[in-house]
Amino acid sequence: MTEAGQGPEATFRAFLKEGRFMIQRSASTGRHVFYPRVALPGTGERDLEWVPASGLGTVYATTVARQRPNPDGSSNDYNIAIVELDEGVRMMSRVEGVPPTEVKIGQRVKARIAEVDGAPGIVFDPV
Amino acid sequence: MAHALRGKTAVVGIGTAGTGEAPGRSAIELLGEASLNAIADAGLKLSDVDGIFAATSTHAFPTLSVAEYLGLRPRFVDGTNIGGASFEAHLLHAALALDAGFCDVALICYGSNQRTAGGRLVSMSEPQVWEAPFKPRMPLTAYALAASRHMHQFGTTREQLAEVAVAARAWANLNPEAFARGPLSVADVLASRMISDPLTVLDCCLVTDGGAACVMTRADRAKHLAKPPVYFLGGAGAQWHRAISTMPDLTITAASESGPRALTHAGVSLSDVKLAMLYDAFTICTLLFLEDLGFCPKGEAGRFVEGGAIGPGGRLAVNTNGGGLSCVHPGMYGLFLIIEAVTQLRGAAGERQVKDCDIALVHGNGGTLSAQVTGVLGTAATV
Repeated sequence: MTEAGQGPEATFRAFLKEGRFMIQRSASTGRHVFYPRVALPGTGERDLEWVPASGLGTVYATTVARQRPNPDGSSNDYNIAIVELDEGVRMMSRVEGVPPTEVKIGQRVKARIAEVDGAPGIVFDPV
Repeated sequence: MAHALRGKTAVVGIGTAGTGEAPGRSAIELLGEASLNAIADAGLKLSDVDGIFAATSTHAFPTLSVAEYLGLRPRFVDGTNIGGASFEAHLLHAALALDAGFCDVALICYGSNQRTAGGRLVSMSEPQVWEAPFKPRMPLTAYALAASRHMHQFGTTREQLAEVAVAARAWANLNPEAFARGPLSVADVLASRMISDPLTVLDCCLVTDGGAACVMTRADRAKHLAKPPVYFLGGAGAQWHRAISTMPDLTITAASESGPRALTHAGVSLSDVKLAMLYDAFTICTLLFLEDLGFCPKGEAGRFVEGGAIGPGGRLAVNTNGGGLSCVHPGMYGLFLIIEAVTQLRGAAGERQVKDCDIALVHGNGGTLSAQVTGVLGTAATV
């Protein structure tokens, strides 16, 4: 999947288009990285390889972006969360399938590829 | 051991312009007026200024714009922009440049008309590509996430967050220049509109207009100017992340690094600090900085601020101008921390004057809890 000359960000997005949630891991240290980079932050190892993410994680922090309600009174509020993957890396995302106020820190969640702002992205569902 | 920079330079002039609402005036006009006010306050002339330190939310090259607008040909400039903490960084950078002889009179300046220009926080910050698709409202979302984590981890309550806003308002009620005045209770804060859980609109800073500036010189010259010098004792900055989702721990900011380094640099211990000016963009900020700077243990700030403990007559004077929450917050507030610290150290704070105020700590915050810069200022007696 990794085309010659393509950077890690484009590679990540290309995997997502194929329906695969891949993250980077340093071969020598075993440390995972997100967001995708050209080297391990802090120590600079360049031996990053793409591995499938387990997709399992825990809600680390959460908020509800409050919006004006729709004319019919229904809510436009949405969740924004930081999820810590079991691999130890964190990402901003949202938890779907429950009202945004019901997303709780410590809750176990599982990744799903969905359209996010017009492009494939990672969202999470409660497990 | 204190750093060699201790007491070598001083803030000799301060000025503001159009704080609150300034309809019909542009950002650079407010910056220009504040600068001239600060220069006049010092008893200096515009043409004395040969160092410019500036950051704004609207100028990509702020030192170019400022020098052109004021008609200056500076010998030294620094346009470091790390958000609201820029001006505490400029304080340190100006002290270094003055001490090294790269300039003789340093102007640190800022201006914004964001309230009358649009009524929303204006930011030049680029969207963070790994966050923007989820439609965060930055910086609000980031601080709400940090507050959620602090509450989860330490049992901090919305009432304790509200105490911060209530204390800020109580100070503002003693400051005739504060924008938001009038009674405010914990119940009022809790009952106000939730905008990003757990933060209500009253947990968030004001959106105002305003310009601010200060002038620094070396100590030898400072002694012979119009106002009592306020000496730069020390300063330090630290930064650990840019985007909130990459912050190592949402409950521990880099203030835990900048604060101790700045105090060591200044040769001052925390118990010497009579006034803490902590960048309060949101109520959670004050709690985090009280902890990270060492005024209370990690996780304890919610309890620390209960019962008006950081308001007038409390155990620690914090944000005596009313803070970003109730005094002024024109996009980037960091320079106003310095204005209030200097006012207090001059003994010129009127009804809100802190008794025997000889050492003040100013702590700037920029981005989404990203940039942290601490400065320590003192009166002549402390040098």
